[in-house]
Amino acid sequence: MADISKDQVKHVAHLARLEVSEEEVEMFTEQLSSIITYAEQLNELDTSDVEPTTHVLDIKNVLRKDEPKKWITQEEAMKNAPDQQDGQYRVPSILE
Amino acid sequence: MSLFDHTIKELEQKLHNHEITVQDLVAASYQRIKEVDDKVHAFLTLNEENANAYAKELDEAADKHTALFGMPSGIKDNIVTKALRTTCASQFLDNFNDPLYNATVVNKLNHQQAVTIGKLNMDEFAMGSSNENSSYEPTRNPWNTDYVPGGSSGGSAAAVAAGEVLFSLGSDTGGSIRQPAAFCGVVGLKPTYGRVSRFGLVAFASSLDQIGPITRNVEDNARVLEVIAGHDPMDSTSAAVEVPAYTEALTGDVKGLKIAVPKEYLAEGVAPEVKESVLQALKVYESLGATWEEVSLPHSKYAVATYYLLSSSEASANLARFDGVRYGVRSENANNMIDMFKKSRSEGFGEEVKRRIMLGTFALSSGYYDAYYKKAQKVRTLIKNDFDKIFEDYDVVIGPTTPTPAFKVGEKVDDPLTMYANDILTIPVNLAGVPGISVPCGFSDQGLPIGLQIIGKHFDENTVFRAAHAYEQATDHHKQRPQLGGANA
Repeated sequence: MADISKDQVKHVAHLARLEVSEEEVEMFTEQLSSIITYAEQLNELDTSDVEPTTHVLDIKNVLRKDEPKKWITQEEAMKNAPDQQDGQYRVPSILE
Repeated sequence: MSLFDHTIKELEQKLHNHEITVQDLVAASYQRIKEVDDKVHAFLTLNEENANAYAKELDEAADKHTALFGMPSGIKDNIVTKALRTTCASQFLDNFNDPLYNATVVNKLNHQQAVTIGKLNMDEFAMGSSNENSSYEPTRNPWNTDYVPGGSSGGSAAAVAAGEVLFSLGSDTGGSIRQPAAFCGVVGLKPTYGRVSRFGLVAFASSLDQIGPITRNVEDNARVLEVIAGHDPMDSTSAAVEVPAYTEALTGDVKGLKIAVPKEYLAEGVAPEVKESVLQALKVYESLGATWEEVSLPHSKYAVATYYLLSSSEASANLARFDGVRYGVRSENANNMIDMFKKSRSEGFGEEVKRRIMLGTFALSSGYYDAYYKKAQKVRTLIKNDFDKIFEDYDVVIGPTTPTPAFKVGEKVDDPLTMYANDILTIPVNLAGVPGISVPCGFSDQGLPIGLQIIGKHFDENTVFRAAHAYEQATDHHKQRPQLGGANA
């Protein structure tokens, strides 16, 4: 059984910007441990000479000219914003 | 008989002969939705006013010769539609009422003058195999509403099966088109990775996601793929490969077709009635002049673990964009910026989405990256090599789409690993990037549909369609219609 601690789960939740309750910490500790244990079956395979696949097609870098194009207006960009002021997104303070 | 029992080609003929109008088609769609959708729950948002106005406009048009002229369609709710609410079935996007642009596939459907009836229910952010992870009412299986329709494109498959739309678009990351198509008795294709633009598809796992059509028959499926496929400068992973006329591949001729049947796809864990249906289908192929042999895809058993590590890792990165700043529902309870991110995400995401983000963040975190993420990428290579090797000698790979027919609502939802194992036969196809289709091939003792999966080489959708179509024409499973039975009906 993979040994994932509650502290690790809390740390991962912080990295993922998720707030988790004590009950969720319990649940995720148990579930992540069993999923990771299951995933450790991959260690049965010797992959020392295997290249990782990041892309299934033989695609190289896809480049285009860096030219400005019309897309959306500032007004449109604000349409779905939860909070805004003077055409800018408004967020809570970053510093305490 | 419903209008949607006809093929696109037949309806096109009726439109040209003035037997029906586009307004008839659109009215049939909304009428059926009003009759059955409080049982099926396939739709999250309807586009009725716009669709009716557009239908009228199309009926008055002089030229009615576009490829999908007037055809009522549904769009999975993770495909962005301009000014039409797009939620991904998540509370986080509950208020995303005014998207700014169309996904490329939606522009392509519009260009061929299909009519968008509405947006279809799904597992939240496409994470799930039963539609029980929708944060709205879960979709039910039209064949028996006590059962799940599959997922994550459960709404897309159920809407077509129940005759609410003529065709729909879904997305498939680990089986999310093919598995619900199998469970609902319809035809669902996951195209080759790169065949269809992902621009405007809300990303789950970018190296695996593909959009594809769900239809009642193979011919319609080929017709819709012809429209949505092709290179798109807005998606750098879309392939600059010419789009063939898929409908012309449907010759009915499979003489000499070489079929590989992986023994792992008929092994323990596959229900006897599913195995029997697939063996019967292989007899049909024999009678049509095709041949089949048993082969091995030896790394199949590692696919589920590989998939959950890779897809969750990619998801944890992709879903970082949901921060409550530019769109979506922001938590009212935050004191500072980080707190606002955390509370908005925790209040907006459901449990499965959080679980995958947690798993992915763990697999990518410092000290674990090589052991889990990179290891899984290497095993992905082995799984892909298995397919490459088989396709040196065979034209298609055939097996079941799912190990069992649809399961009951609530049966697997509390056990993530059991739910994940349900995707064992569809996941390898995404990892290898090859195309796969599910077509109806029979029914269980309980009257639930069973799906046959046909897998092809990269960019060889033609052979996949040809094989699927020949089988379909020789059988009548696809002509059966669901009766919306079930205890809660």
